[in-house]
Amino acid sequence: MSYPTDRKYTREHEWIQVNGNSAAVGITDYAQQSLGDIVFVEAPKVGAELTAGKTFGTVESVKAVSDLFAPASGTVTEVNGELATSPEKVNSDAHGSWMVKITLKNPSELDALLSAADYEKYVAEEAGH
Amino acid sequence: MSAVEAPTVRKTALNVVHRQMGAKMVEFNGWDMPVEYPASLGGGIINEHMAVRTGVGIFDVSHMGDIRLAGRQALAAVQHISMNDASRLAIGQAQYSALLYPQGTFVDDVIVHRLGEDEYLLVINAGTREKDFNWVRDNTRQFDCAVDNLSDDFTQIAIQGPKAVDLLQKLTDADLSAVKFYWVTRGTVCGLKNTLMGRTGYTAEDGFEIYVPSDEGTSAFVWNEILIAGKEFGVVPCGLGARNTLRLEGKLPLYGHEISDTINVWEAGLDRFCKIEKQEFIGRDALEKAKGAGIKRALVGLEMTERGIARDGYKVLDTAGREIGYVTSGSPAPYLKKNIALAYVPKELEAVGTPLQVEIRGQGVGAVVVPTPFYKRPKK
Repeated sequence: MSYPTDRKYTREHEWIQVNGNSAAVGITDYAQQSLGDIVFVEAPKVGAELTAGKTFGTVESVKAVSDLFAPASGTVTEVNGELATSPEKVNSDAHGSWMVKITLKNPSELDALLSAADYEKYVAEEAGH
Repeated sequence: MSAVEAPTVRKTALNVVHRQMGAKMVEFNGWDMPVEYPASLGGGIINEHMAVRTGVGIFDVSHMGDIRLAGRQALAAVQHISMNDASRLAIGQAQYSALLYPQGTFVDDVIVHRLGEDEYLLVINAGTREKDFNWVRDNTRQFDCAVDNLSDDFTQIAIQGPKAVDLLQKLTDADLSAVKFYWVTRGTVCGLKNTLMGRTGYTAEDGFEIYVPSDEGTSAFVWNEILIAGKEFGVVPCGLGARNTLRLEGKLPLYGHEISDTINVWEAGLDRFCKIEKQEFIGRDALEKAKGAGIKRALVGLEMTERGIARDGYKVLDTAGREIGYVTSGSPAPYLKKNIALAYVPKELEAVGTPLQVEIRGQGVGAVVVPTPFYKRPKK
């Protein structure tokens, strides 16, 4: 399991990688491992508004349906169309498989998110239960 | 003396082995069971599913229960509590059947094995073990027949797939080519004498289920011997995830989903396993009446025609968006590479080709009634 330090994390197992005023959002390696074989990614359309902490899409494995939670508020500028046809990419490279890119509405929201080290600790605790 | 409480989550004798192998564990009907094995062992639901369709996979199904009926009137007892006709069974033969309530709905579905002249073994579901045993015991008291709960005596391992017979043949002296589908034999397996082997399963594939003593040492030894012997066939350990997708492709019912205490035999479409011409069995009269009154709903196969995956419990809508039924089991089908489901719909909408919708997150998503089973294994 890897925890790249170039991004921040939610307790619902999304990551967000900020680049200026824009940010990419995906799910973590831990999330893909917990879900198993991913067969379906449903992301919002370009122009959709995301609200921090609210659901913005769905990811499904053979066995499970899981909501995607927005790490931060913003407007969708790009959707990773490749995941509609090859959702299994999320399994092989979760941290490289961004689902949407957004323009951040309120970058200070990021302060509430977990660092890589804190997220790793959080996962260890959750997995231990 | 204080009452001993049953542990809240039960474990099979192979629990430690599954954990050592790194299986992802889930609670299923009160049992701590592997849902899938790690990719490093060839696992993951899709891989496990494909291994069973194209090669061989093995499952720990020790959570299944076993009830033995033995004695002078064992056949009469079995006939009274089950809907299929056990009088047709030769010694060594098995049949799919069900235990019914007087109203013609399901206590459980079972496989009835005739092991001897007056000896029958019912293999039952994990979630209904106690209920089934009590039901069988309470409803066979009038017969000269002993009823024993052997559920904890066996570790049951399913070896499934087109290569299952080749794999198991390496480990036994019994001639498996002589064992037809839904027949059982006994032989030495991994040095264990007189081991019961049934050519049965829950995957819509050829395969065997073997019953070995349930102590941890023997169970682990046999499990590992099978994995070693299966290397040349690419054997993969399989969890409940693949077990579910495999049985769904084959339209094999799951208790609490396609069959339950509120669904009757006709609705579930299990007519061919119900011998209404049998003089008497629990549920028979109600079923006869139900047939006369007309069947209102039917279990159908659906294939999604638009992007979306139907899941257990989702609503089924007609093309006008009216709620008309519900999904009993829905999933991506790894071998067929389609999103499929079983659903109850009104009888008038059961015809193959009928366009319907499944409500997924508030949206009607297109589906069509298709022939079932979705998957049928190729005839040799």
